Amino acid sequence: MDAANGAAALWGAVVASGIYHGLNPGMGWPLAVSAALMDRSPRSLLRALLALAAGHLLAMVVILFPFTALLVLAERQREIQLAASVLVIALGVYLLINRRHPRFLSRVPPSRLGLWSFLAALAHGAALMLVPIYLGICRTIETDAGHAAAADLMTRNTGVAAMVAVIHTLAMAGSGGLVAFGVYRWLGLKFLSKSWFNLDLVWALSLVLVGVISLFAAL
Amino acid sequence: MNLRPDPTFHATPRLAMEAPAETLAFTLMLSPDGSQPDGLAVVDVDPKSKSYGEIVHQVIMPNKGDEFHHFGWNACSSSLSPLSGHAFLERRYLIIPGIRSSRIYVIDVKDPLKAKIHKIIEPEEVFAKTGYSRPHTIHCGPEGIYVSTLGGGGADGTDGPPGIFIMDCETFDILGRYEMDRGEQDKHYDFWWNLPRDYMVSSEWGLPPQFENGIVAEDLLSNKYGHKIHFWKLRERRNVQTIDLGENHQMALEIRPAHDPSKDYGFCGVVVDTTNLQGSIFTWWRKDDGTFEAKKTLTIDPRPEKPENLPPLLQGFEAVPPLVTDIDLSLDDRFLYVACWGLGEMHQYDVSDPMAPKLTGKVELGGIARNTPHPNGKPFAYGPQMVEISRDGKRVYWTNSLYSTWDDQFYPDDEGGQMVMANVGENGGLELDKDFYVSFPKGYRSHQIRLEGGDCSTDSFCYPSV
Repeated sequence: MDAANGAAALWGAVVASGIYHGLNPGMGWPLAVSAALMDRSPRSLLRALLALAAGHLLAMVVILFPFTALLVLAERQREIQLAASVLVIALGVYLLINRRHPRFLSRVPPSRLGLWSFLAALAHGAALMLVPIYLGICRTIETDAGHAAAADLMTRNTGVAAMVAVIHTLAMAGSGGLVAFGVYRWLGLKFLSKSWFNLDLVWALSLVLVGVISLFAAL
Repeated sequence: MNLRPDPTFHATPRLAMEAPAETLAFTLMLSPDGSQPDGLAVVDVDPKSKSYGEIVHQVIMPNKGDEFHHFGWNACSSSLSPLSGHAFLERRYLIIPGIRSSRIYVIDVKDPLKAKIHKIIEPEEVFAKTGYSRPHTIHCGPEGIYVSTLGGGGADGTDGPPGIFIMDCETFDILGRYEMDRGEQDKHYDFWWNLPRDYMVSSEWGLPPQFENGIVAEDLLSNKYGHKIHFWKLRERRNVQTIDLGENHQMALEIRPAHDPSKDYGFCGVVVDTTNLQGSIFTWWRKDDGTFEAKKTLTIDPRPEKPENLPPLLQGFEAVPPLVTDIDLSLDDRFLYVACWGLGEMHQYDVSDPMAPKLTGKVELGGIARNTPHPNGKPFAYGPQMVEISRDGKRVYWTNSLYSTWDDQFYPDDEGGQMVMANVGENGGLELDKDFYVSFPKGYRSHQIRLEGGDCSTDSFCYPSV
């Protein structure tokens, strides 16, 4: 697989995971429907969606940027990716064993959807899932760039992190928003209980999968 | 854990109304003198079934003297909010507290005809982990299972105020006290909430010495029972406002918020006004600034009666007080049912305008100095008490016992447990069903009813019915 294809696949993963997070009711789109119905205004749907997206985005940023800083150690890239892969696998395995949802999330009041979305994305590893993908993208650029200066690398990697976070969040808010609006406008709330699947197992396995792929890519 | 949300979880009250009708009811049986263990009766309420109106299974507990009163589900429609993270719980366990023993039973009713004990939490554990005693109302909510208690610590439950504690909704471990700031709340009874708007409302009966050995007339006449309702920031666990209904409004019991969470009002039933023996309903509502207000919107008058027909407790008053001991609101927020346990009447009010309830139906059954028999000719001990409405609002079930020692004071000559059902007309009206009459085994009285798949006092909805 050449670098360009690899990069395209990785960007595809950024978008796909965004859509996946957006469609999962557990990540919050039903709350946007609830807000619109409670206030009898579609504008509230948008406002709730923005809050959910902002929280999600912030979670991406908080997780991705420390890795960006680490990448300054250009010659340690491989080790960093290995460590990140192991971290993602470990979280996946932890979620496989411990299937309980963190209780502190239910202490967040419904008026603070942004905070809830931020904490949920952190607690369920939604943000961490992006790390191996992000590191992979950085490596493909690296191959193109050759021996760039450390400062340039840092700037570029920061830009990539921001792009990953923004594109992922746009995909998440877009897909979640579409379902929320569809349910609000046409489908009705019966759709919620009909379409909600327990993805806990799939979710934990997908973390493991992303980690394993990244691990092999780094080896 | 399910792969899909439990089919009995509904996003809105309207969806719950459209769901299939209940075929089974769960009713608590209590031994008033503690001579037998209490139990859970599974009652067939499917009119197409051969055993319609019969007890088809009983779970008898291994202890005596629990005194069952209220109970509830481990999970309900509130699980359909992503905020709770519990969308895949099963509605499978009934949490039954012993109000006298402080013991808590968790009953597995997955296969209702083989319902069995899943877990027992001994009183010592409740005391040690919460400092509360005499657990009562159960609601499933964002942080797990919430349990209100009527007593604090110590032998007579007066060492510290009673409150609410939380149980884990999967392991049923007691997690600890709910309150972080209880304000002036020092008594407890019922509680319920509006989940999306994040507030809770709680009420007051009295402290254990005021009810365990019977009603204390001196305390009642000096207005020492509860007469306040408290409003809480649910997730902050903080009492933000207390409304005193007036000290003459003794025993503010059931809290019934509108089921549709976009409606910011609810009701509270008050047992007796000590100035005139009336029973009353207060309507409470949330104002635009987020504070609350409450107003008396309904009164029910006592009935004059000759002293010789009255129990000793009431002879001096020469009247039968209505004794509003339970209320329940239909899922469409249209009809409020009010049990007048003293008069022996079940009232139905149209509360489409919550500030102006209109009487639309009435059934007379039992009652002090009246003892109206059932239309099938059989007796009905005491009066209509714990009331439960089917999800579709078409059937109203009720039982007859209030609380062992109080039954004996208000109805010294009565004994027995019955459960009956009344049909609701298209536009109101209430008529007892001649064919539905459950008589509980000898020595047992009956209290709260829960309907298979949820009913009008269990499920909290996170989405409005629009």
